[in-house]
Amino acid sequence: MKIAVCVKQVPDSWAEKKMSGQVLDRAGVDAVLNDLDEYAVEEALRIVEAHSPTKEAGEGSGHTITLISMGPERATEAIRKALSMGADNAIHISDDALAGSDALATSLVLAKVISTEGFDLVICGTESTDARMSVVPAMLAQRLGWAALTFAGSVIVEPENSKVLIARSTEFGVENMSAAFPVVVSVNEKINEPRYPSFKGIMAAKKKTITAKSLSDLGIAASAVGASAAWSSVKDSLLRPARSSGIKVEDSGDGGNQLAAFLAEKRVI
Amino acid sequence: MSQVLILVDSVGGQVSKSTGELATFGSRLGSVTAVVFEPALAAQLNGFSIANVVVVTGVDTSKYSPAPVAEALAQLITSKSATALLVTSSARGKEIAGMVAVISNSGLITDAIDVDADRITTQSVFGGGTTVHSAVTTPTAVITMRSNSIEVVAGSGTPTQEEFAPTISEAAKLAVVNSTEPAVKGGRPELTEASIVVSGGRGTNGDFKPIEALADVLGAAVGASRAATDAGWYPHTHQVGQTGKTVSPQLYVACGISGAIQHRAGMQTSKLIVAVNKDPEAPIFELSDFGVVGDLFNVLPVATAAITAKKA
Repeated sequence: MKIAVCVKQVPDSWAEKKMSGQVLDRAGVDAVLNDLDEYAVEEALRIVEAHSPTKEAGEGSGHTITLISMGPERATEAIRKALSMGADNAIHISDDALAGSDALATSLVLAKVISTEGFDLVICGTESTDARMSVVPAMLAQRLGWAALTFAGSVIVEPENSKVLIARSTEFGVENMSAAFPVVVSVNEKINEPRYPSFKGIMAAKKKTITAKSLSDLGIAASAVGASAAWSSVKDSLLRPARSSGIKVEDSGDGGNQLAAFLAEKRVI
Repeated sequence: MSQVLILVDSVGGQVSKSTGELATFGSRLGSVTAVVFEPALAAQLNGFSIANVVVVTGVDTSKYSPAPVAEALAQLITSKSATALLVTSSARGKEIAGMVAVISNSGLITDAIDVDADRITTQSVFGGGTTVHSAVTTPTAVITMRSNSIEVVAGSGTPTQEEFAPTISEAAKLAVVNSTEPAVKGGRPELTEASIVVSGGRGTNGDFKPIEALADVLGAAVGASRAATDAGWYPHTHQVGQTGKTVSPQLYVACGISGAIQHRAGMQTSKLIVAVNKDPEAPIFELSDFGVVGDLFNVLPVATAAITAKKA
């Protein structure tokens, strides 16, 4: 199988984020591999391990895991992290014209790479912790004309039948879905426990190939992406006034009654 | 007058509360057409700000989801020259919206909490710390609206009704739903739609009974912090926070939750926040309208009894 995993470098989700003009201020915060993409990398590794004669990913498994990432130069740090978990190689799309791209442009670029390279399976996290739109996997499937199996809580791949089965929790209950290759899958954070890169993995990652691609390599016009091509624009942003802390009482047996009295005063009960 | 489409949500054959909210927002932008994929839902749409109901025929949403829904909506956008499509900000809603945006070449805004007559949206981002106003520049705007963002304004009259038979591509039928196991329904409201949420965290030590008792007397949904769900104390589907659900209820009661930034990201826009925590320095108190420093196992039963007495 040829498996692709889409990964993104994002500001550390534990850091306070703020806007800089019309976009998120990315310079002022630590950048890390999107937490939710680690589950996608882990799931790809588990799928390969389950179908590898050596029970390991990498050479000899008969399968490849390629990371695809769009982002500035420094996104290579996040890519190396995912490589150190065990992915085989990576494609890094970097171009100044991509700055400020919306989800529509992001999905356009990723879909171009995926269709050019050809994969059986593309795995994504459900969302990035910065924009939190969770629409790119669905957009990718739509652009590629592939099946979308999204928000999966479990994934079973049957390479011999070229088939993917997932279960996902929705408002309606648990849906069991399936589709034939090629498929775009997005996995949620309950699906597995991502491994920590081993020392051996970190050393091996330094030697793995990251292929750099620009927009012209992909045959995408600079005018089709970036902030100027975005179909929505931020007019303004303001810091919400910090929530001031209200009343705080010590419980000496009566705290519950005071709580109830507060709710009554606010007419909640 | 501009035409606005709203996608009607339903669970178990009942129109969801969020439909009234979408209709209220939609009526600011133009004449509202509600789109349903189950004919039985059309009769439940009286009394909202809805002028017209389109019943989509020939789409088996229980078998193929959600690509055919997206294709049908994109075709309706074209036939109605709609200036906006409003969808609820659920996982499914966002997925449908993303697909529609691609098919119809439309700008997309997700998780809006407000939209005005000029299609300017308001979003609360970065865990509620920043408010962003955005405009969509394409002829049609696809917008997903967060639940509990507006008081539903009742409309009058009975909407007109029509049928629409879309053309569904083979590609939209590639992902197949083989079976659905219905959600186990507790007596409690759905987490993201509830007007009151009572959540428990590490401080419960795995015992959610006092949380559930308070939730039930308030008619509230039960939430949990990531610490609690990761420990296996409560199902992951109830997790509130950056990697879980985002809620914005009228009242959020955080019990034994310290208030790490990842949790705050999921509940900070609640209208009223009440916290109970043993640690007087817990960050949750910084954003609470009312805080009780104390053991939740002492405070909650007293509060539950007092609320029960007040309601009696």
